Amino acid sequence: MKKESAIQIDKLTVAYEAQPVLLNISLAFKKGKMTAIVGPNGAGKSTMIKAMLGLVEPVTGEVVYQDVDQEAVSYKELKNRIAYVPQNTSVDWDFPTTVRDVVLMGRYGHLGWFKRPKNKDREIARQMLLKVGLPSFASRQISQLSGGQRQRVFLARALAQEADVYIMDEPLAGVDMKTEHIIMKLLKQLVAEGKTVLVVHHDLQTVEEYFDDIVFINQEVIAAGPVDETFDKQTVKKTYHRDRNLGEGE
Amino acid sequence: MSMITEITLIAVVVAVACALPGVFLVLRGVTMVSDAITHTVLLGIVLAFFITQDLNSPLLMIGATLVGVATVWLIETIQRSALVSTDAAIGIVFPLFFSIAIILITLYAGDVHLDEDAVLMGDLAFAPFRRVDVFGLDMGPQSLWVMSVILVMNALFIFFFYKELKITTFDPAFAAALGFTPMIIHYALMTLVSLTAVGAYDSVGSILIVGFMVGPALSGYLLTHSLKKMISITVLIAVVNSVSGVQLAFFFDTTIAGMIAVVTGFTTLLVLVFSPRKGLYKQQLNQKRARKLLDKRIKTLT
Repeated sequence: MKKESAIQIDKLTVAYEAQPVLLNISLAFKKGKMTAIVGPNGAGKSTMIKAMLGLVEPVTGEVVYQDVDQEAVSYKELKNRIAYVPQNTSVDWDFPTTVRDVVLMGRYGHLGWFKRPKNKDREIARQMLLKVGLPSFASRQISQLSGGQRQRVFLARALAQEADVYIMDEPLAGVDMKTEHIIMKLLKQLVAEGKTVLVVHHDLQTVEEYFDDIVFINQEVIAAGPVDETFDKQTVKKTYHRDRNLGEGE
Repeated sequence: MSMITEITLIAVVVAVACALPGVFLVLRGVTMVSDAITHTVLLGIVLAFFITQDLNSPLLMIGATLVGVATVWLIETIQRSALVSTDAAIGIVFPLFFSIAIILITLYAGDVHLDEDAVLMGDLAFAPFRRVDVFGLDMGPQSLWVMSVILVMNALFIFFFYKELKITTFDPAFAAALGFTPMIIHYALMTLVSLTAVGAYDSVGSILIVGFMVGPALSGYLLTHSLKKMISITVLIAVVNSVSGVQLAFFFDTTIAGMIAVVTGFTTLLVLVFSPRKGLYKQQLNQKRARKLLDKRIKTLT
């Protein structure tokens, strides 16, 4: 295994019933890089992330992470070092909780079962809320936030995990310009600190500006590599206009 | 203790014991699953009764709880097949289990105190007559003891697993990624809901248990934006409902559990309309205000 890769996906196949969603995916994500994961709707981007986080069971294949000592470990052994930002449509924003509390949830993984957040955890949550530019929103109920602010709260929660790997599902979908700038600035900081950042991304216009590496996915890996070598019209076309000849499609 | 005090005490304990898990049922949007559970536990009671031939056996409670959990599992399995929706899955499982129980009762247990009326409505008025005595010493009504234990269990569960309940309810995918298995919390909660339903059966009956679980929690949900406050308000409303329900029932000389349920329905509707944060009245007001503002803006533009 190459040392610079933080995450290695090896021959991963995921299916829902008889319908393969991902077929024989092999990828390596580099440490200290920001990688875009792109592909059309239903290409299996979210499913790949979920398989990486142990949220869906693969049919075959495995995902291997490297810990600080460069040892290869499974997701379970490393889960506190991995921060996951789900799509912000996946939760109930009417839930009776405050912005501060949601960010504090980022510390739950470190606490484990039973234990309650301590002052140190609250302080970390407070700092992260400051980083995403929402300190004055701490006591607000989460339903009072705009889409962009919600996404920033999610990012603050992930930052509070103080992880090595950040896996984000469409963090820039439907957010305002200000939020997009703040999110990208913070992600670039993470990468500069040597963290590994994976982003499911939908806006092809900004790929070159934002990312180091790119992975094109449509059930299979269409292409993967550094953006300046891999990102071109043919590959985009191949990814987005590819007939889904496996199974019956949509 | 006078009888009315005892009845009030039982009613309060039952109401709070039901309201606590109710908070999370409402937040998870699974109140109708609890409706199914409160009915299907009867099957567990009947089956356990056939084994023990004793209506006071603790096995009845265990059997009923197991059937309650089986109900949840079956509903979710059917729903996961993606052939039917959740409410349809409930519609399949709940009548099936419940009617098997009713058939078993009418066929084999006709002479035992397990009649359908009591099952649906319960009878708080008779609850003080079944008493616990230890060495000839009267220790108070049995249902008060049973429900107190269940109330403490529910409270302890929420106290110790507050963080886990909160995160698995709010964001299950994130919770799972952190290693808090949402499935474990879900089934633990549903086990407690089943146990609470069985315990409350005797005194209030299955239909009203649903009211006890949903009403106060819904009011709490509509009145606050904080989960801790929601739990406190829910408990408070449950207490107010049951105390005033008992008083009104004695005043009108009618069914106690029924009156508490009516009061519960009434307070819930009241909150639904007049909640200062999200009530219907407030919504109307906001809409009118927005409309006025819009008219003003259009006027200044034209």
